[in-house]
Amino acid sequence: MGTLVEEIFSRKAGRRVKAGEIVLLDVDYIMSHDNTTPLAIKAFREIGKPIRDKDRIVIHFDHAYPAPNVLAAENHRKILDFAKEQELPHLYKQGVCHQVMIEEGYVTPGSIVIGADSHSNTYGAMGAFGSGFGSTEIAVAWVTGKCWFKVPETIRIELHGEAQNGVYSKDVMICIAGLLGMDGATYRSVEFGGEYIDNLPVHERIVFPNMSTEIGAKCGLIAADEVTINYLESETPARGPFERIVPVNPQYERVIEIDVSIIAPQVACHPDVDNVKPLEEVKGLEVHEVYIGTCTNARFEDIEIVANMLKGKKVNPFVRVIVTPASERIYRKALKNGLIEILMDAGCTVTATGCGACIGRHGGILAPGERALTTMNRNFIGRMGSPLSEVYLASPATAAATALTGRITDPREYL
Amino acid sequence: MGKAWKFGDNLNTDEIIPGRFNITIDPLELAKNVFCEIKPEYAKGVRPGDVIVGGGNFGCGSSREHAPIAIKGSQAKCVIASSYARIFFRNAINIGLPILECPEAANDVEEGDEVDVDLTSGQIINATKNKTYQAHPLPDFVLKIASAGGIVSFLKEHDIQELMS
Ligand code: SF4
Repeated sequence: MGTLVEEIFSRKAGRRVKAGEIVLLDVDYIMSHDNTTPLAIKAFREIGKPIRDKDRIVIHFDHAYPAPNVLAAENHRKILDFAKEQELPHLYKQGVCHQVMIEEGYVTPGSIVIGADSHSNTYGAMGAFGSGFGSTEIAVAWVTGKCWFKVPETIRIELHGEAQNGVYSKDVMICIAGLLGMDGATYRSVEFGGEYIDNLPVHERIVFPNMSTEIGAKCGLIAADEVTINYLESETPARGPFERIVPVNPQYERVIEIDVSIIAPQVACHPDVDNVKPLEEVKGLEVHEVYIGTCTNARFEDIEIVANMLKGKKVNPFVRVIVTPASERIYRKALKNGLIEILMDAGCTVTATGCGACIGRHGGILAPGERALTTMNRNFIGRMGSPLSEVYLASPATAAATALTGRITDPREYL
Repeated sequence: MGKAWKFGDNLNTDEIIPGRFNITIDPLELAKNVFCEIKPEYAKGVRPGDVIVGGGNFGCGSSREHAPIAIKGSQAKCVIASSYARIFFRNAINIGLPILECPEAANDVEEGDEVDVDLTSGQIINATKNKTYQAHPLPDFVLKIASAGGIVSFLKEHDIQELMS
């Protein structure tokens, strides 16, 4: 009897656990990347004990890969030397960590996946508990296979109705961020459900848990259903039987009901994710870069939306339009389907996979005074480069429409 | 018995220790600059046994562990606040800095009050105001990590299972 997070934790603990309790649980996978692994290695050396289970460790090279500077190269060297020394089997250079974790089948319903990255909440889209931790905890989990958790209270978000044409899960999530605010779900588990979610394919669902981080949540969860299981079986190497854990007589701290049919395209404006406006209010604002990428919105279907809108057209010549597919698998599929060619013909720059411009290290850094419209999840000051630049967040369709005009544009004009 | 050092709501990790000092993780080095921008008198004036009293969402901002390490390095006995940012809360426990949640004390205690804290029972005595407040007692496992000096030192000597037993 409990919320989804209580059910997942109870299953793992082998007894009923409730919000507020502290539990020590086995973790299924421990994720870290090129930015956070070096510190974990340092903590690991200090502890001085062997790795518990190498098979549970997954390390990605994505944040600054291929290395854009010497410091990044040194980090990569450090991690690869360590991985060689410890004979770690799961190293990936195939795209953004969270996307690759899901694609490679590491994330299954009811599992616990911890990551040294704040957007590890993303795994909640598959009905798994995913959350971000500091590097020391990652080292502790390498050595013990375990992590302690305080079982969180839950905010349930019920999404009803059908979205209008031109409105995507990104618009709905931006709207939620505006409603709840940046600390609206601190410490909490946020459960997303309702008929809107039930009818949504996995690639759109992922946006909700991914951006639950932006409202302070410890995890963002969607209960696994037929859609999840079909996705796992057809798109990933994960094989069932999969547990379908659902909330049972849950006690929510708060339930928020939203009718998505009244939501129009939304934009999260500089400089906070909760500075949300209907696109209508910021329409026409000039942009200097359009960036389509990241763990939030650079999946095949996102790129397909963009390609369909740009087909046979040219993007505004005074705007840099950069597309970074979230993973190699996505890149290949887009290539095979001719999408990359369409994007290039339209004047987009398609880069290698990874986090790219998202953390302002490489692949599309902004100059002072520049404004970007992107499909990212976060718009902290200086996120994409100069602290004097501005980042606006929106859906891939809004990004494509904006790429054509060089001004924030309603995608419904081009659909 | 120690002195209270009072801070407001939403104290962020940059206010605890500005990013430019995070080139070291040596607690004593970090402690030299802890709160340097918002309470420069702290680093020189703090005595072992003093306590930090904050408001809501204490330690928000970056996930780096330097902030709790700097406070611990300054010899403060513990932090009392009405609530904590999630990652600060975990980092503080893992590096062995005791933290108490007590909205009443967070509101009532003023800068310079003489305060005594019993970490095991969660009792906070304000000798200046002649008042007592009750925080949630720290879970046993937190006290175990704190007395070992942090989770890394704890794991050198113990099995993680012992945290819960
Ligand atoms: S794409 Fe951006 S948000 Fe996602 S993991 Fe990479 S840096 Fe973080």
